Amino acid sequence: METKEVAKKADIKEKKPLEKVCMICAKGSLEDVYATLVMANGAVMEGIETKVFFTFFGLDGITKKSMNHLHTATTGNPAMRMPGGLPFPTMLGGLPGVESAVSGMMRKQMEALDMPPVDEFLEMITAGGGEIYACKLAIDMFKLEKEDLSDEVSDIITIGEFYEMCDGDRTQIIFT
Amino acid sequence: MEVKTIAGTQVNVSDDGYLEDMSQWNEEIAKEIANEVNIELTDKHFEVINYLREKTSAGEALTIRKVGKSGIVDIKGLYKLFPKGPLKFSSKIAGIPKPTSCV
Repeated sequence: METKEVAKKADIKEKKPLEKVCMICAKGSLEDVYATLVMANGAVMEGIETKVFFTFFGLDGITKKSMNHLHTATTGNPAMRMPGGLPFPTMLGGLPGVESAVSGMMRKQMEALDMPPVDEFLEMITAGGGEIYACKLAIDMFKLEKEDLSDEVSDIITIGEFYEMCDGDRTQIIFT
Repeated sequence: MEVKTIAGTQVNVSDDGYLEDMSQWNEEIAKEIANEVNIELTDKHFEVINYLREKTSAGEALTIRKVGKSGIVDIKGLYKLFPKGPLKFSSKIAGIPKPTSCV
């Protein structure tokens, strides 16, 4: 009886659109960083407040030297296929230069779909009011400085400070 | 799909309020839809809107990146013109279908 009433209440509950999205990117492969960037940019375009926190290897995605040269793994990646769709032999993926070539091809295909390089993608996100942060602990660990990071990074903060920004009952945290 | 009267003209709109037939569009309709999303249209808005309509007629998929490279307005400027919906609101006002792009 009681559960029935609760269910009824849930049915008439008004729709509560998402107000804030907080993303944490901890991996530095091409697909991990782009997943974060696409979701972050998508949220900004929908008018959702957006904050992105890059940590550990994810820092590659906001480090000037590496951000436009991200790689996708050609070994240990069972989803990797040859251009025709045939399986990609792991032994081949381990040969020097193969990972670079494959990653370059992927970047070219993304460009064809109007997906920008990482530096430009970060600019698009901040142009719409999205905010980019770097993890202090990881920055110290990799011995990086603020100058090494993209100009779109607003600050180097701790995870505690990031959580403080994630307040609000219509907020979601996404980990990629 | 439903028929709605916007600015005195009967138009077909989708469930989300996007015009189904872009040829039914006129500037008065644009102004009324803009009003619904609290945007007051300026000449700059119309430059963007006409660009979107041109590209849509040509069958090109739209992205904010493309608009940013059009020479009309940069992405920051586009967000200023259409706050919280650079592609969504601009498309709605331009009388073209809801954008299907993620960038």
